[in-house]
Amino acid sequence: MDQPMEGITVVEVKDKIDHMAYLPGMEQIDPTVRQQVTAARAGYDENAYTAQDVRAALDADVRTPEHFAALLSPAALPFLEEMAQKARMEKRRYFGDNVYLFTPIYISNYCENYCIYCGFNCHNKIRRAKLDLAGIEEEMAAIAQTGLEEILILTGESRKMSDVQYIGEACKIARKYFKMVGIEVYPMNSDEYAYLHQCGVDYVTVFQETYDDVRYEQLHLAGHKRIFPYRLEAQERALMGGMRGVAFAALLGLDDFRKDAFATGMHAWLLQRKYPHAEISFSCPRLRPIVNNDKINPKDVHERQLLQVMCAYRLFMPFAGMTISTRERAGFRDRVIDIAATKISAGVSTGIGGHSGEEEGDDQFEIADGRTVDQVVAAIREQGLQPVMNDYVYV
Amino acid sequence: MADELILGGHAFTSRFILGSGKYSMDLIRAAVEHAGAQIITLALRRANSDTDSILDHIPEGVTLLPNTSGARTADEAVRIARLARACGCGDFVKIEIMRDSKYLLPDNYETVKATEILAKEGFVVMPYMYPDLNVARDLVDAGAACVMPLGAPIGSNKGLATREFIQILIDEIDLPVIVDAGIGRPSQACEAMEMGAAAVMANTAIATAGDISAMAGAFKSAIEAGRAAYLAGLGRVLDRGAAPSSPLTGFLAD
Repeated sequence: MDQPMEGITVVEVKDKIDHMAYLPGMEQIDPTVRQQVTAARAGYDENAYTAQDVRAALDADVRTPEHFAALLSPAALPFLEEMAQKARMEKRRYFGDNVYLFTPIYISNYCENYCIYCGFNCHNKIRRAKLDLAGIEEEMAAIAQTGLEEILILTGESRKMSDVQYIGEACKIARKYFKMVGIEVYPMNSDEYAYLHQCGVDYVTVFQETYDDVRYEQLHLAGHKRIFPYRLEAQERALMGGMRGVAFAALLGLDDFRKDAFATGMHAWLLQRKYPHAEISFSCPRLRPIVNNDKINPKDVHERQLLQVMCAYRLFMPFAGMTISTRERAGFRDRVIDIAATKISAGVSTGIGGHSGEEEGDDQFEIADGRTVDQVVAAIREQGLQPVMNDYVYV
Repeated sequence: MADELILGGHAFTSRFILGSGKYSMDLIRAAVEHAGAQIITLALRRANSDTDSILDHIPEGVTLLPNTSGARTADEAVRIARLARACGCGDFVKIEIMRDSKYLLPDNYETVKATEILAKEGFVVMPYMYPDLNVARDLVDAGAACVMPLGAPIGSNKGLATREFIQILIDEIDLPVIVDAGIGRPSQACEAMEMGAAAVMANTAIATAGDISAMAGAFKSAIEAGRAAYLAGLGRVLDRGAAPSSPLTGFLAD
């Protein structure tokens, strides 16, 4: 096999499973939305758009998928300043000065998947750890002390080591300390989402990584995550299970980021049309371009390109939430919360147990913004924006 | 006699209701002062916060109008309203029920159901609604204290896009008609008041202005001007053509 990603050594996997076939126990739902999303991605020709198309998209009142496609195209890059100004206006219209805060908590980093680009993958020799319920409570109490009222619970993807029951218990504890609880865990069936909703969860985030099934197959070599359609349908199953909101993301840079961003937006757009009450949110993770790489790769996602994607999401779905993670540097995050993003993490540790004591398990990725909650709050205020810890009632 | 707005037996002299959802906290006080608002809405979901509660920023003597934003059904709205009362937000409640995250259009059907339940529990119910005459009548029967039709989608600043239908409500409904969403500029607020609206509510138009205090003051003046014009009785404004100077019916003998 060719080396699928530069600089990454791949452990050979024998008897790889069919990435398009559901495994036993995986719920199969109406595939229409998934098929529409993959068809939209396949049909997206980013080079087919002109400055005139971008102009029309910028001037539109309500933007269509075709406008969105134009805003994501290379032709829109020279319009980035204007996109940012329009995005900022839309953001203010829907969210005013508000900037929401949260922090992720990693309760387990055991993982059965082999995603070659991920720090948690099953072939990486890292310290594995899982918090017991007392440990979770201790961590959450420590986080609540910082003033945060929203939390995102994460696990590595291992049904064995962190089963649905365990996650549910973690969520019940979270509800004692936080007004809003979200999860970013392995995809599950709608009845399991319904159970977690009962435990106090209202928000489900699943990163699709890439919406191209061929590329997806090359990057996800083993584990449940290898099953492309089951992952793509996770948000819809979550809504079927009664969750209030769902979040979408492609890991920009795994494949053609414009196509993946287009698919991400279409995924959100189609589900919002099917479930009009659903709250929609985007995350915008990227693989950083390799520094000092003398080859100019058009697929590289520099800050300019990342901002273009964020503005395109904002202009296409102005009512959607958007999270900016600590993968990005403080100077970037502080600016984009004024332009496009609505939510920012603070006081972040991506290891296990880092909030209340010594870390027991290693981190998923290195963060570029290690500021505390107080520091992020101060930075938000400095820009005349309003830090909001909670804007939510669980009903 | 003072020109008062009566809601659920409470009298107000200001006809401007200020939305608070998009303000920085420290700007709320300034906006209230310059707009002269006596009623200010707040999302219970915001008041629910432990730190820097919006409640600490509401000037004394201002009536709180908690809203049920976030509710998707009558049942959820009822639970949020009860929670608001339990939190000490008083008996006023603005019903907002939305099953649509894109346009945030109100669900009239669920709104009628919630109004009926909450009015029976003694709330002063102010329902946000799409201007439909039949629904407005149902809201009256359900015990609403007013009706709050939208001028245009929330936050759109598009003004009185539904003006004909709001006029019908003003003409046919005996309760105060308060134009709630879409008012983008003082002239639009003035127009709503000239039409006979009992009050105007605005949030985005002020929250996103260059100078919040000055815009709050401009809205205050516009609403007062519109109200004065309405009370004065607008002079003849003809839609088209001219009126004959001698009456067509002058020939009638007895």
